[in-house]
Amino acid sequence: MKDEVAKESTERISLGALFSAFLRITLSGFGGTLPWARRTLVGERRWLSDREFVDALSLCQFLPGPNVVNLSIVVGRRFRGAAGALSAFAGLVVAPFLIVLGLGVLYARYGRLPEIDRILGGISAAAAGLVWAMGLQMAGTFARVPRSVAFSLMAALATGLLRWPILPVIVVLAPLSIAVAWRRG
Amino acid sequence: MKTASLWELAALFASLSLVAVGGANTVVPEMHRQAVEVGGWMSDGEFANIYAIVRAAPGPNMLISTLIGWEAAGLPGAFVATAAMCVPSCLLVYAVSHIWDRYRHARWRRDVEAGLAPVTVGLVLASAYVLTGAADHSWRAYLVTAITAAISLATRVNALWVLALAGALGGAGLL
Repeated sequence: MKDEVAKESTERISLGALFSAFLRITLSGFGGTLPWARRTLVGERRWLSDREFVDALSLCQFLPGPNVVNLSIVVGRRFRGAAGALSAFAGLVVAPFLIVLGLGVLYARYGRLPEIDRILGGISAAAAGLVWAMGLQMAGTFARVPRSVAFSLMAALATGLLRWPILPVIVVLAPLSIAVAWRRG
Repeated sequence: MKTASLWELAALFASLSLVAVGGANTVVPEMHRQAVEVGGWMSDGEFANIYAIVRAAPGPNMLISTLIGWEAAGLPGAFVATAAMCVPSCLLVYAVSHIWDRYRHARWRRDVEAGLAPVTVGLVLASAYVLTGAADHSWRAYLVTAITAAISLATRVNALWVLALAGALGGAGLL
């Protein structure tokens, strides 16, 4: 059973489009790919609504594996099944795989240059800003629900400020938050 | 430095793949332990440089497995380590998302999503906080982070321009 939106999307989105969307996400993703995933999938291509993106990312975060890799599988599968998952995954991974290998070879030959480190430092500062913006935009989907805001703050404090490991935090907070959502219906 | 067998690499990264909840960054300490202390495939400094290269390159951070495989067993090692890091978790995600879609109209799924969403967003905000702490070492760098967030929230400017500008400021030694 698929709803109207998903059916419409199935006709529109080709394997090539999945590949190129994730290629674009990955090649833009200096200092973090997730903000680019949201920009591309929700903003530019309009394949997912705000709410659908949050839900897809939830699934990806609570399963093992890199979030954006998981997202390529979930989004690719949703629109085009196994072939779609493979296309999105290939778009995401193949080019950076070659780039990383190339950089590794260059590094082995020339070593690291201080200028490059300074440039990367600047990019990282901006990239952190993109992640803030993404988090705040995602929070907009439940900003009027006090209990959701409370759970969000607890997760942020525990893994951010206190640097507790992510796994136990999830194991405790996720069932609690689900139970509260279930009780309130 | 010692070399690793492909089986060793496959077993290591396949098991890390299935415990990496929250992304590859959560298993980097274990990768370091295996590659440097247990396996002796590379030195501490080489590991730090590999990590820096991967963060500098576009794409997901889990490609650190590519370079560890490369250092440990050459090009075949790079392929095996990357594949082992991806395949198990991807298969799991594929299977779970298949089941998940089947219950797309179930009430329990709505409750689970409503419960998970705030925790998910909290984790994203935490990573923003951690990334800010790691990247920003001056008030000017904090300003770049804040302005980038504001531009991204309030305008439709392509963020690649902002990243490029920030890179230029950093390269000029202004941050």
